[in-house]
Amino acid sequence: MTNPTSSGVAEASLAPSADSHFSRKGLVQLTLLGLLLLLPVTAYFLGHIYYVNLASRITIIAMAAVGLNLAIGYGGMVSFGHAAYFGLGGYVAGISAYHAFDFTPFMTWPFSVPGSDNLLVVWLAAAVLCGLLALAIGAISLRTTGVYFIMITLAFAQMIYYFANSWPTYGGEDGLPIYLRNGLPLVDTTNTLSYFLICFAGLVLAMAITSRLMKSRFGAALTMARLNDVRLATAGISPYPIRLIAFVISAVITGLAGALYADLNGFVSPTMLSWHFSGELMVIVILGGVGRLYGPLAGAILFVMMETLLGGITQYWQLFLGLVLLGVVLFAKHGVMGWLAGRERNE
Amino acid sequence: MSDVVLSLHQLHKRFGALQATNDVSLELHQGEIHALIGPNGAGKSTLIGQIAGNIRPDEGSVFLAGTDITRMSIAQRARLGLGRSFQVSSLAEPLSVMRNVMMGVQALQSHSFRFWKPVARDKELLEPAYEALERMQLSHRAWTPVSELSHGERRQVEVACALALKPRALLLDEPMAGLGPEGSAKLTELLEALKAEVPILLIEHDMEAVFRLADRISVLVSGSVIAQGDSHAIKQDPRVREAYLGNDDA
Ligand SMILES: Nc1ncnc2c1ncn2[C@@H]1O[C@H](COP(=O)(O)OP(=O)(O)O)[C@@H](O)[C@H]1O
Ligand SMILES: [Mg+2]
Repeated sequence: MTNPTSSGVAEASLAPSADSHFSRKGLVQLTLLGLLLLLPVTAYFLGHIYYVNLASRITIIAMAAVGLNLAIGYGGMVSFGHAAYFGLGGYVAGISAYHAFDFTPFMTWPFSVPGSDNLLVVWLAAAVLCGLLALAIGAISLRTTGVYFIMITLAFAQMIYYFANSWPTYGGEDGLPIYLRNGLPLVDTTNTLSYFLICFAGLVLAMAITSRLMKSRFGAALTMARLNDVRLATAGISPYPIRLIAFVISAVITGLAGALYADLNGFVSPTMLSWHFSGELMVIVILGGVGRLYGPLAGAILFVMMETLLGGITQYWQLFLGLVLLGVVLFAKHGVMGWLAGRERNE
Repeated sequence: MSDVVLSLHQLHKRFGALQATNDVSLELHQGEIHALIGPNGAGKSTLIGQIAGNIRPDEGSVFLAGTDITRMSIAQRARLGLGRSFQVSSLAEPLSVMRNVMMGVQALQSHSFRFWKPVARDKELLEPAYEALERMQLSHRAWTPVSELSHGERRQVEVACALALKPRALLLDEPMAGLGPEGSAKLTELLEALKAEVPILLIEHDMEAVFRLADRISVLVSGSVIAQGDSHAIKQDPRVREAYLGNDDA
């Protein structure tokens, strides 16, 4: 870390990127991403559609956790309400498909909004709506810190959960089916592999954006807001707007994952909005390694695999999940990624 | 009076029954070091907090270069040119020295909503931060994590962080605390070199440093300024001797 020859900025500025050579961390990351891509492709050509869909599920959950990791891991904002954005994204996909299927408008006043079965439209709407919701929730919640922040984000998410539960137009507690997966021009989204590849691209993009963001001036300010917000303010930068924007970006990523999830399952229900899911996302982020770029992916793989494998054997699989989580918290504080790839260096 | 950089008008602050600041008015002039001394618990840090924006005064106002900053946030005051160090060092420990110092430069250059360009290669950001470190003779430690620095080096980093803001005024809260004679002497020298450029409101217990550096000294006891003057006058003042210098064998 220490640069013994730092005689000037030009030389010294090279110091933080000292891990440009191929490292153990790089190898672990490449392996994770490579397996996530190659296994489902192989499974598809061997005719095992089930495993392709399982991989899509892992990918989407990982993407949702990438969003949450930006808030918790990089921003130090422990949101216990990210299911709100995941569910809202899901409902945008569901409701849009519902109206497109019915040829009815979503609303007529003050202007007419039709449904759409175009994924690009769905994603844009999901991103905008999740962003606005997070702006409102974040603006209020970020006035608090610590346990109060956890509780208030949970409370907002629960409000939305109960609202969806009691709104009969879109199925209420029974949920809303999506009869035909929303489509893209030129791509057959009903093809299992195509849809997996779309999800994979979404995950990689979310991770790339997170990585780039955290290296920028905005990321530097967000890191300082997490580590020492008085220092940040004393340096002339207000922590609040920095946190708020990070919170919004985080919610948009999780919301887009929610839209992908609804279209994967052909179904959206209040379950996607429930606090259980917020909790699962937190567990995944902690399992994988808080504030690690590949942590959410590692965590999602571990989580969904345990759910699938152990869940098939015993309905008490969450007991084992609890034990694993306990093990991580006690013995591998930096999560699976910390354990596999070594501790993160700070610069 | 046009060279007044910072002025406090009749500040009052209560914590419950405790009057921590009692009708304090002070000025900091261009080119001077104004020392603020007083026994522990006199209200020195509380006063700095009110100037920097961490604590809201109950009454009174604070002006920086003629602008009323009493209602401004910490960050707004910093951008207007108020640099400070904390009595208990307040840095982001896991980050490098550079990353700490850089924030002030970043705040001055524009808003922080720049999402794309990596800071690690941003010379616009690194060079001024590097200069601030050089002023504190710490450029060789630029890429060392703060957690690996000695106590004295941390104090220098705090000052460098403040310098990165190109401040109009510096508020230093006991920068020599815990430094030992050698560290104190070094920091004294560095501060002496700074004062022509930026006036300093200096809280310090090290009387040797105070008498060497200060052009003017104010003595704070139980929230009130009981005496003000140059080193000579303060050394002679009987109230000061009784309230402060007497009990403290400095
Ligand atoms: N946030 C606070 N709440 C209550 N009392 C405080 C607070 N901050 C400081 N005090 C009290 O105010 C007095 C002045 O403290 P301080 O300004 O830190 O003194 P100094 O820096 O001169 O040693 C002390 O008695 C201290 O206990
Ligand atoms: Mg103090």
